[in-house]
Amino acid sequence: MADKILKELTIKVWRQKNAKAQGKFETYKINNISTGTSFLEMLDILNEELINGGTEPIAFDHDCREGICGMCSLFINGRAHGPDDDITTCQLHMRMFSEGETITIEPWRAGAFPVIKDLIVDRTAFEKILQAGGYISVNTGGVPDGNAILISQDDAEEAMDAAACIGCGACVATCKNSSAMLFVSAKVSHLAKLPQGKVEAARRAKSMVAKMDEMGFGNCTNTGACEVECPKGISIGNIARLNREFLVAKIKD
Amino acid sequence: MTVLNSKIPAGPIAEKWSSHKAAIKVVSPANKRKLDIIVVGTGLAGGSAAASMAEMGYNVKAFCYQDSGRRAHSIAAQGGINAAKNYQNDNDSVHRLFYDTVKGGDYRAREANVHRLSEVSGEIIDQCVAQGVPFAREYGGTLSNRSFGGVLVSRTFYARGQTGQQLLLGCYASMNRMIGQGKIEMHERSELLDIVIIEGKARGIITRNLVTGEIERHSAHAVVLATGGYSNVFFLSTNAMGCNAGAAWQAYKNGACFANPCYVQIHPTCIPIHGEQQSKLTLMSESLRNDGRVWTPKKKEDAVKLQKGQITANDIAEEDRDFYLERRYPSYGNLVPRDVASRAAKERCDEGFGVNETGKAVYLDFKYSIERLGKDVIEARYGNLFQMYEKITAANPYELPMQIYPAIHYTMGGIWVDYNLMTNVPGLYAIGEANFSDHGANRLGASALMQGLADGYFVLPYTIGDYLADEIQVPRIDVNHQEFVKKEKAVTDRMTRLYNIKGTKTVDSFHKRLGNVMWENIGMARNEEGLKLAIKEIQAIRKDFYKDLRIPGDYDAMNIELEKAGRVEDFLDLGELMAYDALDRKESCGGHYREESTTEDGEAKRDDENFAYVSAWEYQGEGKAPKLNKEELVFENVKLTQRSYK
Repeated sequence: MADKILKELTIKVWRQKNAKAQGKFETYKINNISTGTSFLEMLDILNEELINGGTEPIAFDHDCREGICGMCSLFINGRAHGPDDDITTCQLHMRMFSEGETITIEPWRAGAFPVIKDLIVDRTAFEKILQAGGYISVNTGGVPDGNAILISQDDAEEAMDAAACIGCGACVATCKNSSAMLFVSAKVSHLAKLPQGKVEAARRAKSMVAKMDEMGFGNCTNTGACEVECPKGISIGNIARLNREFLVAKIKD
Repeated sequence: MTVLNSKIPAGPIAEKWSSHKAAIKVVSPANKRKLDIIVVGTGLAGGSAAASMAEMGYNVKAFCYQDSGRRAHSIAAQGGINAAKNYQNDNDSVHRLFYDTVKGGDYRAREANVHRLSEVSGEIIDQCVAQGVPFAREYGGTLSNRSFGGVLVSRTFYARGQTGQQLLLGCYASMNRMIGQGKIEMHERSELLDIVIIEGKARGIITRNLVTGEIERHSAHAVVLATGGYSNVFFLSTNAMGCNAGAAWQAYKNGACFANPCYVQIHPTCIPIHGEQQSKLTLMSESLRNDGRVWTPKKKEDAVKLQKGQITANDIAEEDRDFYLERRYPSYGNLVPRDVASRAAKERCDEGFGVNETGKAVYLDFKYSIERLGKDVIEARYGNLFQMYEKITAANPYELPMQIYPAIHYTMGGIWVDYNLMTNVPGLYAIGEANFSDHGANRLGASALMQGLADGYFVLPYTIGDYLADEIQVPRIDVNHQEFVKKEKAVTDRMTRLYNIKGTKTVDSFHKRLGNVMWENIGMARNEEGLKLAIKEIQAIRKDFYKDLRIPGDYDAMNIELEKAGRVEDFLDLGELMAYDALDRKESCGGHYREESTTEDGEAKRDDENFAYVSAWEYQGEGKAPKLNKEELVFENVKLTQRSYK
């Protein structure tokens, strides 16, 4: 498909010097952007212009630019990762925007994800939840042959569906309660679907949920917004599984 | 004068690793508690090493520049990981994996290292399964395999098109477990800026906290660099934007030799460049070549029409399609190794048969496999890759063939290490892509993940004990030692120097200029004249960099331009070293294609008589030419032959 040129766009972007400073929106104009350009490349171009003009560039998190590292975290025109489905911000392309449009860019907004600078937020709370139990307790070495643990194709596929979570935080950003349930449920489901993970399933569900609450994420009220904005299509069916795992664990107590 | 001792154990190749393990020292559990290890980088190599060594009882401090260990660029590997399991009963074996890897590396890897890699490959799969990596399974519940370029057996294990992600999440989960238990002290958003050497041994690092801008000192009994490759020296590559050579470059400046810097792998199946504002290249997994057929038009007039957008691939008749890989390499066909496939694509495009508006693209066509297997099967195998391609290019690969072109992907060179993975600086280790040892001048698909995890899970945790056993009497290293003070000052001086240039040009503008010189002269094809020119041009860019760089923002706070400036400063120096290395190597091997060294039918021509060595470059001080040390490569178990995939 031939690329077109967007002659002028207006960029309204959240600027915040650091965690303690008060932030506000700034407005910039940008010209002659090819529709084949990615959204982050558009920001690169804008940043070059800002630096050339003596202004500090807009800070935003990004790394792989292949839709998999989960680092990019922009809330664009009211949607996590912007106006397209099943993508991260780096996969968003300017062909999704039209001539003369005003594009509003904000960081993830959630109490558990404090802003570090401009569009960069601190997602350490996710790390803490995983450190509380998001693993199978196995030391390196001394494990059985891979084929000694038979796993049905369907179970492996379902585990993979959940394991595809990239930990970007779009689910939290888009949830009106800033709940981390989709993220936590994805990890719990991934490991609960596999025989290796079953041994400590109850302990895992309890400790991860407890840590999630402690880190200040809100409750899940089943609106399903998280699933809509998840770049990897993680299903809210996982939340049902987490609830079941958690309930069973509690009953066992 | 550096003496390179590879410490390759004596004895038959198949017994070297076992006998070495039996001979090296082991640290008792009570003493492991007293020993600190720094691991820089949390990709497959660093993550698995940190987790394994923490499980063993060492105190590990792990560092990464990203906001989470899970974001290391290993996460982007798509296709798979090799292991000699012979689950498919297709006659695979440790020896065959060893042989394919040495041959695929164009006979420029160390035999002993590669054999060990093949030996432990099976254990890696077992370990990952135990951690819950959801590898693809057959209906009966056993593990599934596919094949990759350069190989005639199916030995690649995979988790959809997200194998790197799943393997990384496996070792990251193990790391998390150890962080939770207090055995790993994790430092995210931290960048290594120097290495501290005390009495000849690596004893710590100086880092910059990327959030606060603070310069920090961290000490340990040993330092492990697992910092990946340096493809971003080309600006446009398949690496993540933050991938850098900083740690490796600091190792080099502190006395570690830098080996084979000019060996760069070009990956044949990337999405072509679309315009001047592009920031990076996106790889399409090599596994696609299992079911995709590569072609260009036979007739130049068809190519011209494609370039002008007057027709599409589907308008070209079957008999007018040139399946050039199948034509030139009948036995491997579309599954030839990456360097061969890349050169063949470039050759077709250089001849004018490219299929997009820039003339720099060939087709990777799934029409035939969809006809043979059905769309459902192809979707199940590669669905997420097809989706990714469509998001980026706005073209549907189920209906029109993908357009692909080679791109810089992986660096085979790196810090020189011995068989224990230790550099020539005692106590300083390098693992995974950061070292040079296992791949030679090229690497086959699915073997980078294998090396990262082999080093981290099953090699370094043993070999580091041999060094640390003699360190148990050494008390915790004091960060107030004068060497720490000195290095901290050096780092501060360096960063303030960059910050205070106050010129007019952005960091990226210098990076792009460097990248352009690199791609034009030290890219897919190189010649003496171009390499000499490149050295001059890089020196000119460096001069301008120190005169006219502009870094806005605050010095002592998060400052992304300052971070990038340090990385580009290192790339400028490294780029020059790559040119020196490429100049010295007057042969073609792997991704290093010297135009002066070709066979009559246009294939790369190696020169074993004169170049069967590892180039280990030694730093001689600022502005001085580096010194070349050579490690002769000895091949006792494979016969050096012209690589043929015909």
